[in-house]
Amino acid sequence: MQERIVGKVKRVNGPVLTISGITDAMMMELVHVSDMRIVGEIVKLDGDRATVQVYEDATGIAPGDNVYGSGMSLSVELGPGLIGNIYDGIQRPLEEIRTLSGDFIGKGIEVPAVSHDKLWHFVPSAEVGSKISRGSVFGTVQETERVEHRIMVPPAFKGELTITSIAAEGDYKVTDTIAQIEDESGKSYPLTMIQHWPIRVPRPVADHLDLKVPLITGLRVIDTLFPLSKGGTVAIPGGFGTGKTMTQHSIAQWCDADIIVYIGCGERGNEMTDVLREFPNLIDPRTGLSLMQRTVLIANTSNMPVSAREASIYTGITMAEYYRDMGYNVAIMADSTSRWAEALRELSGRMEEMPAEEGFPAYLPTRIAQFYERAGHMKTLSGGDGSVSVIGAVSPPGGDFSEPVTQHTKRFVRAFWGLDRSLASARHYPAISWLDSYSEYVDEVRDWWNGHSQDKWSENRRRIMELLQKEVRLQQIVKLVGPDALPDSQNFILEVCSLFKTAFLQQNAFDDIDRYCSVEKQVKMLGVILHYYDLGSEAISKGVPLVKVRRLQVVQDIAKMRFTVSNDSADDIDKLELKLERSMMQLGSLYDE
Amino acid sequence: MMSDTMANDRDSLLRNSEKALLSGREYRGASKIDGPLVYMRNTHPVGYGELVEIVAPDGSIRSGQVLDTSDEAVCVQCFEGTDGLSLPGTKMHFLGEPLTLGVSEKMLGRVMNGLGKSRDGAAVPASSDERDVNGTPMNPTAREYPRDFIQTGISVIDGMMTLIQGQKLPIFSGNGMEHNQLAAQIVRQAKVRGGKSDFAIVFAAMGVKYDVAKYFIDSFEETGVLDNVAMFLSLADDPSLERTITPKSALTLAEHLAFDCGKQVLVIMTDMTNYCESLREISTQRGEIPSRKGYPGYLYSNLAEIYERSGKLIGRTGSITQLPILTMPNDDISHPIPDLTGYITEGQIVFDRNMHGSGIYPPINALQSLSRLMKDGIGEGMTRADHPHLSNQLFASYSHVQDVRNLASVIGEEELTELDHHYMEFGEFFEKKFVSQAYDEDRSIEETLDLAWDALSLLPSEELQRLTEEEISEHYKG
Repeated sequence: MQERIVGKVKRVNGPVLTISGITDAMMMELVHVSDMRIVGEIVKLDGDRATVQVYEDATGIAPGDNVYGSGMSLSVELGPGLIGNIYDGIQRPLEEIRTLSGDFIGKGIEVPAVSHDKLWHFVPSAEVGSKISRGSVFGTVQETERVEHRIMVPPAFKGELTITSIAAEGDYKVTDTIAQIEDESGKSYPLTMIQHWPIRVPRPVADHLDLKVPLITGLRVIDTLFPLSKGGTVAIPGGFGTGKTMTQHSIAQWCDADIIVYIGCGERGNEMTDVLREFPNLIDPRTGLSLMQRTVLIANTSNMPVSAREASIYTGITMAEYYRDMGYNVAIMADSTSRWAEALRELSGRMEEMPAEEGFPAYLPTRIAQFYERAGHMKTLSGGDGSVSVIGAVSPPGGDFSEPVTQHTKRFVRAFWGLDRSLASARHYPAISWLDSYSEYVDEVRDWWNGHSQDKWSENRRRIMELLQKEVRLQQIVKLVGPDALPDSQNFILEVCSLFKTAFLQQNAFDDIDRYCSVEKQVKMLGVILHYYDLGSEAISKGVPLVKVRRLQVVQDIAKMRFTVSNDSADDIDKLELKLERSMMQLGSLYDE
Repeated sequence: MMSDTMANDRDSLLRNSEKALLSGREYRGASKIDGPLVYMRNTHPVGYGELVEIVAPDGSIRSGQVLDTSDEAVCVQCFEGTDGLSLPGTKMHFLGEPLTLGVSEKMLGRVMNGLGKSRDGAAVPASSDERDVNGTPMNPTAREYPRDFIQTGISVIDGMMTLIQGQKLPIFSGNGMEHNQLAAQIVRQAKVRGGKSDFAIVFAAMGVKYDVAKYFIDSFEETGVLDNVAMFLSLADDPSLERTITPKSALTLAEHLAFDCGKQVLVIMTDMTNYCESLREISTQRGEIPSRKGYPGYLYSNLAEIYERSGKLIGRTGSITQLPILTMPNDDISHPIPDLTGYITEGQIVFDRNMHGSGIYPPINALQSLSRLMKDGIGEGMTRADHPHLSNQLFASYSHVQDVRNLASVIGEEELTELDHHYMEFGEFFEKKFVSQAYDEDRSIEETLDLAWDALSLLPSEELQRLTEEEISEHYKG
C-alpha cells in the first residue's frame, strides 16, 4: 500500500504519542513520525485519535507533525542473509547502520534487513506446472556453508497453486522475481526470495508433534538432570551475577540446534560485542564450521529505545519460526524476558493504563503465554519437521523468585533452571540449583536417553537425585552437630555428593575440554560416580574407614576426569572404572575378616 | 499520487521554516506551577525534549526542558527550581533544540555545576561543539570488547574482581563506610600496565555534602592530578532536578575526551542513590504510575542510559571507565537501586558492614563482588598465567570458610576437624592480610598474587581442586 498521512501528532510523552485527525489507520500499523521519519506503531485507536509508540528517541517531535502510515503491520523481512547478521529490536542491521551513521546510532534510519544487492546462487527444486501450496519449498540457496536456505511460498496464499514459470539455476538478488505462481482462480503472483511477516502473529503450521528428542546442550547438569526437549520451553531465573548470560552463551555455543537466534533484550552492550567477536572464532564440534554460520543476533541493549526492546522478542521468534518452517531445529535465547516485561510496564505506564501487580499491566501473563506458546515441535506446512525451543532468562528483582514475571513465566514453561546465588558466590558454574530446578520433559526424553545409555540413564538419574536429596537432610544434621556425629556410611553420602558436584555438576566454560560434554561422556561420568558410591558403601560396610576410601588416588582421577578425558575418548572412563574396582578390591582385601 | 507527495514536501518545508521562526519567541504567563514543573498554554508546536529559557519575575534566567508537549499545553521542568516564579510574571523562550553541553578539553581542571555552568567563578571555556547531553546509544558492532587490565594496587580488586579499561564497575556501599577513600585511592593508584597513557578524570557529584566534594578535590590536589579533572558538582542543597542532569553532562564531556581527544577517561559518580531519589521525586510530582518502592517504571532504562555510556570503540584510542558509587539504603542489596544497577553494570564491588566493623579496609565482601569482564583481561600475557585459576580457588575456598564459620558458631571451634581448622586459619589470613591494606598501600599484581598463594598455602594442597598440578608445584608453599 502507498504511504499516506494518517494523522497529526497531538501530544508527546516520552516514547508514547497521541495522534489526532485519524483517517484510516489500522491497529498495529507501522508508521513514521515527522520528517525525522521516526519509526512507530499504532497501539490504540479511539475515535479520531490513536496512540503510537515510537521505536526511537522522541526528542524533537512536536504537536502538529505529520504521521505517515505504511499500510502494514510491524513486520520482519525474511530471506537469505539473515544468518550471521546482527539486528536491533526492529530488525535493522546494525552493521549497515554503522556505515550510515557512525559509531553511535542515529535516528530515522531505514535499511533493509537483508542486502538487496547481494547475489545468491538459487537452485530451483520445482518445475513449471507442478502443483504446490503455501509453505512449499520451490528452491534453495546456500546461505552459509552450514545452512541451506529453503525458499518457500509465503504462508499468506490459499489453496492449490501452480508454478507457471521458475528461474533457472543461477545468481539472483533477493528482490528478483524467481517464480510466477497462479492460484485456483487463475490469478498470477510473482515470488521473490524474500517474504514479510508481522512479528506479533505466529506463522502457521500443519500440526504439533510430540517432544521426544532432547536438545543436547553439552552442559551436564542440564542434559542429565533437567533435560529440555527440542521444541520445549524453559526459564532461567537468577539474580544479577548468578550466570544467566554465561549459561545462555554456553547453550548458544554448544547446543545441537541447527539455527540459533540470540536476543539480547535490554542487556549490556559489551556482552553483545563479546558474542559478536567470539562466535565467528568458535568452531562447532559437530560440523567443524564457525558458530556464526548458524546464528542470528538481535541486540537491543538497555540504552536503546524501550519500545524496540518490547518488539525485539517478537522479531526474534518470528525469524526462528521462519527457519523452523524450512525444517530446522531452532533454539532461541531471550536474555532477558524481564527486561521485555519491564518495557511493557514502562509503555503501559506512559499510556496511563491501570496497573496490576507491581505496576505491570494486567495483560502481562497473556503476553508471556503468547510468547512461549510460539515454541514447539511442529509439522510444517511443507510436510517437514521443525522445532523452536525457547530458553528465556528471567532477572527477578533482588533475586526473589516470587515476583510476577518469574511466577507467570513458571506457569507457561515446562522446565525451570533456577540459578542459585550461593553457588555463584562459590564460583560453582553453571550455578543451576539441583533442588529448585525441574524439568517436565524427563519422561518424554527418557526413551531417547535410555537408547543412548544402554538403558541406564533414567535409573542413574533417579539414584543421583535421591542421593542429593538425602544429602540435604544430612547437611542439616551436620550444621547442628558437626560431621563427626554421623556414621561413616552417611558421611560417605556427603562425600559422594560433594564429588558429584565438583566432578560432574560444575563445568568450566573456559576449559577447552570441559566446556562441552558429549552425551556418551556424561553417561559414563555419572556411571563411574555411582559405581564409586556402590563400591565405597560396600567397603565401608565391611569396616574400611572412610578416610582410606577417600584418599584413593583413583578418586582424585575421577574428580579431574572432566578436564582430562576428552569427548572423543570417553572410553577412558571405562579404564578409570576398572582402576576403581581394582583399588577398592585391594583396599577391601586389607580389611577382610 | 505524485502531486500528493509534492504537497507533502511543501507542507513539511513550510512547517520547518515556521518552527525556525517561532523558536525563541517569548511567551508570558504560566498556567500552573507544581514543584519543578511549569505548565504553559497556547504555545506554538514545541518539540519534545526542547530546551527552555525561563525568565523569572526578578529577571533571573533559569533553564528547563520540555517533558510533555501537546497542542494544548506544554509541561516544562525547571532545573534551577521554581522558587520565586509567579503565574503571570513568568516568561519563556523555547529554544528549538535539546539540552546541550558545549564540550571542550579545556574543561579539565574546572569546577562546574550539573548543567556545565561555571561554579568556580571563571568563565566556562568557549566551545563550538554543542552536544545533546542525553547522548545516543553506541552501536554494539562499533564497540571494542574491553580487555586491558587496570592495576588499582588493591589486592582484593586486582586479584578477584579485576577492573578493565572500558568497564562500568560500581561500588555498592552503605552510609558511613569508606567508599570515598577507596575511589580516591583507585584514582591515585590506577595504572595500565606497559606504558603511560593520556588519562583524564571526570567527577560527578550528585547530592553529596560539600565536605565530600572537598575531600575529593583535596585528594586530587595532593596527587597532582587536579589539572586533569573536570568536576560537575550538584551538591545536597542544589535543586534536585539539576541532579538528574549532572551524570549526563559529565558523560557527555567524557565521551568527547575519550573518543575525540583520545584520552583514557575514568568517570567517578557519587552518589547514584541521590540521583535515583531525584528521579523518584520528579516522577511523583508528575503523577506517574510508580513501580517498585515508588520509583518510576523507567528507572532501569534511565540508569542504563547512564551506565551504558562507557566502553571502547573500534579504531579509537580512548576509553570510558565508570566507577559509580552508590550507598545501599539500609545496606539492602535487593533495594531497587543497587538491584537494577547490578543488572546493568559489569559486576559490582560490595562493601560489608561486618568487615567494616572489624576494622578491615577496604571492607569488600569478595563473595558478593564480581567483575564480569575479568575473564578476558587476566592470565598469561596480561597479568600472570596462574591468575584465572587462582582467583577461582580463592572464591571457592573463602566460600567454604563461611560454612566452617557457621558450623563453628554452633558446635564451637574446638570441635572442628583439623581440615576445618586450616580453613579458619586461611579465612583469617585472607581477610587480615590479603583484603586488608593501608590507604596508601599500592601493591603490584605480582605481590597480590603471591600473597594469595601465601593464603592458599595454609590449606592442604589436595584441597586446591581449581588449580592445576603444575601451578601448585610452582607456587604452593605449604
